[in-house]
Amino acid sequence: MSDTTTTRGARWLKALAGESSGAAPVWWADAPLGDDIARFIAVVPDASNRFPRARDNVVGLEQGWRLAQAVRGAIAEDAARTEPHARRPIVAIVDVKSQAYGYREEMLGIHLACAAAVDAYASARLAGHPVIALIVGPAMSGAFLAHGYQANRIVALDAPGTLVHAMGKEAAARVTRRSVDELDALGETIVPMSYSMTSFAKLGLLDQLIDGVDADAPDDAQTERVRAVLAEMVRDARADTTRDLSRRLRNDAAQRTRAASIEVRRRLAEQWNGA
Amino acid sequence: MNTAGSATNPMLLHDSFIELSARERARSLFDPGTFRELLGPFDRLESPWLPLQGIVCQADDGVVIARGTIGGAPAVVAAIESAFQGGSIGEVAGSKIAAALELALADCERGHVVRPVVLFETGGVRLQEANLGLAVIAEIQAAIVALRAHVPVVGVIAGMVGCFGGMSLAAALCSYLVMTKQGRLGMNGPEVIEQEAGIDELDASDRRHVWQLIGGEQRARTGFADALVDDATDAVSAAVREMFARGVRAEHRSEQVDGYLAKLAAVDPGTVTPEAMRAIFGTRSNGGAA
Repeated sequence: MSDTTTTRGARWLKALAGESSGAAPVWWADAPLGDDIARFIAVVPDASNRFPRARDNVVGLEQGWRLAQAVRGAIAEDAARTEPHARRPIVAIVDVKSQAYGYREEMLGIHLACAAAVDAYASARLAGHPVIALIVGPAMSGAFLAHGYQANRIVALDAPGTLVHAMGKEAAARVTRRSVDELDALGETIVPMSYSMTSFAKLGLLDQLIDGVDADAPDDAQTERVRAVLAEMVRDARADTTRDLSRRLRNDAAQRTRAASIEVRRRLAEQWNGA
Repeated sequence: MNTAGSATNPMLLHDSFIELSARERARSLFDPGTFRELLGPFDRLESPWLPLQGIVCQADDGVVIARGTIGGAPAVVAAIESAFQGGSIGEVAGSKIAAALELALADCERGHVVRPVVLFETGGVRLQEANLGLAVIAEIQAAIVALRAHVPVVGVIAGMVGCFGGMSLAAALCSYLVMTKQGRLGMNGPEVIEQEAGIDELDASDRRHVWQLIGGEQRARTGFADALVDDATDAVSAAVREMFARGVRAEHRSEQVDGYLAKLAAVDPGTVTPEAMRAIFGTRSNGGAA
């Protein structure tokens, strides 16, 4: 089990936003970002969590609902404000190994807890909050869906240990009846199967890959660089007239690697209203 | 509406919904004679990724999109075919669902309400298309959240595959869920839990236990599904129409943060059983809207 003080999510939350206003397993804090006060949110280990399968930096029942609570708190506080840029930026610091795997989790509705987090982030985006995902560690599967994948902008540290994937490598090898080596080889030719962040960037889903930053122990200059990227993403998101995720298909990388996604939309729109 | 307690053997029914293909399921939901398939097999929109791995494609990539009317109102149904790759969501399959919901949203925003139905029958992400499967599921989820403010988004989980992975979150975001006793709804399939956490955590071969945890009856009795129906086309069809008649939900399940945190706080993780959970999560009547 990871120590709270050593996970990347915990370290980056402290580096960017200071002390958390909420207790583990979900840390959040409001802190300056450019000209804004942004809400930073991270999932951190919780060694004494009541649910034994959710004590690591994973998204379980309490994590899902508490992520939703942290996001919805910001939405509610800003809802009545009318000045320009009244909707504060929300930064999801992503370092999540997986969703929690347990029978209690399934019975008590981990699918709904994670959906609540999805809902909160999507609702924040639709309400005009710039939502930025900063990937500093693993961004795995359902845990990333719940914490980060609804963002207006996604950025990642180009560092060992950051990755986006649908299933851990060993488990994916078992399920697809391949060896880990075969899986790595496939990832070199089949972009969406790759476990590397540079391959993920080719899918048009990543807005910036930040290199030259020590993900485990950033110095002050590196932290400031990341903060500057986040502020740039906030400005970029605010200048964008769309609040949906269509932008993910409107970039050069997507034109190349997600041609099928684009073609499906084009042809379905043609057929939508009949001949 | 049919509720829990029916002892009817679904194998003896002439009009089983579960036994239908995705295409026939979709057809059965529309008003007679109004079914029109979009991006059908002749459009040949197939997975670009499966052939690179020596896997045979299907011409609809396992998702049927159809338009027509439901209860006299314009509608769209997205039906996942479990017989192809376990109903897994690849780039094309998932994009078809996302695009259908996005087009319904665009119509709703112009004042033309389209009733959306998703027939979930899926293990989640298609691992051969890994990151694109995950990405399109995020897009499906985004579309459901935006669309359900205009019109109820109705999900159906009939079985026998059930609804798992990232698509279980999509189901949870729907305004209303219709399930059969045979349907299962969970984030991690029982086999995945046994593999990740060990057989002491969950014995995936104990089917009775699995259904007690995540089966349609339990989901309806604990408020995670809104209607429990028999495996019959007329029952599913009637339940879907009733869900639309309820209208847009004032507060969706996934928005009820304080309520569900309070329920979780009332649970003792050391002793909680499906029965104990019903006492805490149970709803007033047949899983009706909160």
